[in-house]
Amino acid sequence: MNELIFFINFVLISGAVIGSIYAIGAIGVTLIFGILRFAHFAHADMMTMGTFIVLILTALFPAVGPAIGLPTAFVMMPVAMAATAVIAIGLDKAFYKPLRDNNVKPVVMVMASVGVTLMLQGLIRFFAGTGTQSLYIDDRKSIFSFNLSDASESIVVTEPQILLFLFTIFAVVALHIFLNRTRLGKAMRAMSDNPDLARVSGINTNTVVGVTWVIAGALACAAGTLLSLDVTLKPDLSFMILLPIFAAAIVGGVGHPYGALVGGFVVGFAETLAVFNWAILLRPLETAFGWDLPADLSFVPTEYKITIPFFILVAILVWRPTGILKGKVL
Amino acid sequence: MNQSEKNLYLFGGLALILVLVFAFMGAPFSIRLLAEAACYAILALGLTIQWGYAGLFNAGIMGFVALGGYMSVLLGFPINDDFWATDLPGQLGGVLLKAALVVAVVVGLTQLKRFGAPKKLGAWLGIVVGLLGYLWIKVSLDPVASAIESEAGFIGGLGLPVWLGWLVGGALAGAVAYFIGHICLGLRSDYLAIATLGIAEIIKAFLKNADWLTRGTLTVSPIPWPVPGPADIGFIGARAAYLSLTAVIIAALFFLLHRAYNAPWGRTMRSIRDNELSSSAMGKDVNGRRLEVFIFGSVLMGIGGAALITFNGIFDPSGFLPLNHTFLIWVMVILGGPGNNLGTLFGAVFVYVVWTMSEPVALLLLDVVRNLGDAWFGWQAPSDLDSRALQARVFVIGLIISMVLRYAPKGLIPEQVKHHT
Repeated sequence: MNELIFFINFVLISGAVIGSIYAIGAIGVTLIFGILRFAHFAHADMMTMGTFIVLILTALFPAVGPAIGLPTAFVMMPVAMAATAVIAIGLDKAFYKPLRDNNVKPVVMVMASVGVTLMLQGLIRFFAGTGTQSLYIDDRKSIFSFNLSDASESIVVTEPQILLFLFTIFAVVALHIFLNRTRLGKAMRAMSDNPDLARVSGINTNTVVGVTWVIAGALACAAGTLLSLDVTLKPDLSFMILLPIFAAAIVGGVGHPYGALVGGFVVGFAETLAVFNWAILLRPLETAFGWDLPADLSFVPTEYKITIPFFILVAILVWRPTGILKGKVL
Repeated sequence: MNQSEKNLYLFGGLALILVLVFAFMGAPFSIRLLAEAACYAILALGLTIQWGYAGLFNAGIMGFVALGGYMSVLLGFPINDDFWATDLPGQLGGVLLKAALVVAVVVGLTQLKRFGAPKKLGAWLGIVVGLLGYLWIKVSLDPVASAIESEAGFIGGLGLPVWLGWLVGGALAGAVAYFIGHICLGLRSDYLAIATLGIAEIIKAFLKNADWLTRGTLTVSPIPWPVPGPADIGFIGARAAYLSLTAVIIAALFFLLHRAYNAPWGRTMRSIRDNELSSSAMGKDVNGRRLEVFIFGSVLMGIGGAALITFNGIFDPSGFLPLNHTFLIWVMVILGGPGNNLGTLFGAVFVYVVWTMSEPVALLLLDVVRNLGDAWFGWQAPSDLDSRALQARVFVIGLIISMVLRYAPKGLIPEQVKHHT
């Protein structure tokens, strides 16, 4: 029974946690990819920046959370999401729009986003240093454990993880309603399908681009905050989390928000399944059949976790570049 | 002011900066600076043919640099007797044989379709056998690797001349580039950027954690030089010799690239870059040409990286940073002039000199600020202000990229396309 609980803790729960983070990040990336047509390399640092806004707000008003009964950082998240959305629009106006108006090649936009990511990194490192920080300033992380009747181990879920699951469900439902029921959401989908046709049929493309940045920025802030609530805030995460997010967006199909959701969980579970030590699960069989299993039977050591999204990316580009849900191939 | 006058002023200014550096920092420092700049220039030439000639976005230069650097360690570092005297080489060879067997079986299974088996069956069998075989190899490698680490430290080098390592490093970088390019070049350039970013992080993670192969974070030094070292002919002499060696390489590359650029091959490259559709309509093999130029550029990056790491004399896998080894080179190329070899060379030397000199200048400025702040406002500066200031140079690099893209997209010395009327 303990083996099963290990599996639930280290594969099901952690896979769902990291999968939700990747999914929330990838939704933003896939929207930008679909509507503005370039791979937004600054997304990871936008996440970090949003998290720092949360950290500053949490440090300013540490007493808010305990009053409500939630972590202060989570209460502050909506404010920070709005701030990040505004900053995202500002970045677009300052760095991407002039290039768009010049009709540059898409790959130049990619490079501009690399420039933006380096600038954000520089600012974050200059003002906040490079050390890890905790979002729990005045409150403590509550941990729930569930005991099953005949096992000594217990299933462990923390409060931020539950908040993360709830937020993911809320975000996906809200996005679904927005994209399918509102005029603006339909305009976004139209522009993602065919920008020229959208423009001639009277859709204000500037508004659509603005809304895209608002959604992407707000979700990036949320993903960064929820990840940092679960573990710690690492300012130099940048490229390490960018790769799984891109992989998730491409696996799900570029320009496809539901695809990004699926892709995020595919990449997340693939990561946890690959670093899980399968010897633990096979140990009962070992005693039953008298096998001699090695102590460590995981596919990749934790240090090489970054290889998993890469190989998923390579596999999907070889076999099905459109992604699982038939997105675009730009 | 026409372009050749402008070039004169630009190179004159660069020469003036170099003279100032020589005057203030002394000859040993300045020659080291120039030798490093020369290594970076080889890297930048590799990037300029990828980005400038063909418009390919390579965001993983760091990986090719690391590969080149490691190959010069593997081939050039003296033989480690602790390792070769034991039976560990035999065990390692056994693991390699097992790996070869698994690869052969998987390749054989994927070719089952030639014998009438269903295509899907072969593919699935290949995947399953590949995964199981991978686990088998991993399980047999783990004890050997930890034995090597505990008994011999790491496997050491092969004691061959180090320039051989440079060539092998270039070849290996080319092989990795073939693998990525083959997958991504049919798609849009964004995918190539993502994939190269990924492979660079993977190569770094591998070199950092495979202690039995690279000694990991313990670092390997000193890597022998292809020219007489400082112990034989003094710092200035040795560094000058190294600088002349890299200068010869650059001159040769420059000549060859100039010929290639003006050759039919170069014209095809530019036509693909500027109008992919019409060049494919003219019957050019777009993806094949792109793959060629991507591999070619990566080979240069492997060689340049090997030269850079060999010059530093220390192989430190955690010292490879995307900022120093990828984006600094990007700035060199887009500031100097992508597609223009002369511009790239100018950009490489100029940016590297400014980058290196910005460190003491920034520290000096900060010191002034700190003292003034302390004297006037009683301000206590954070203790890690220096390291933060150095980190903040990332911001400047990003700002330069954004500004150049917006205001001078062709760089300081733009590419000059001959128009035949």
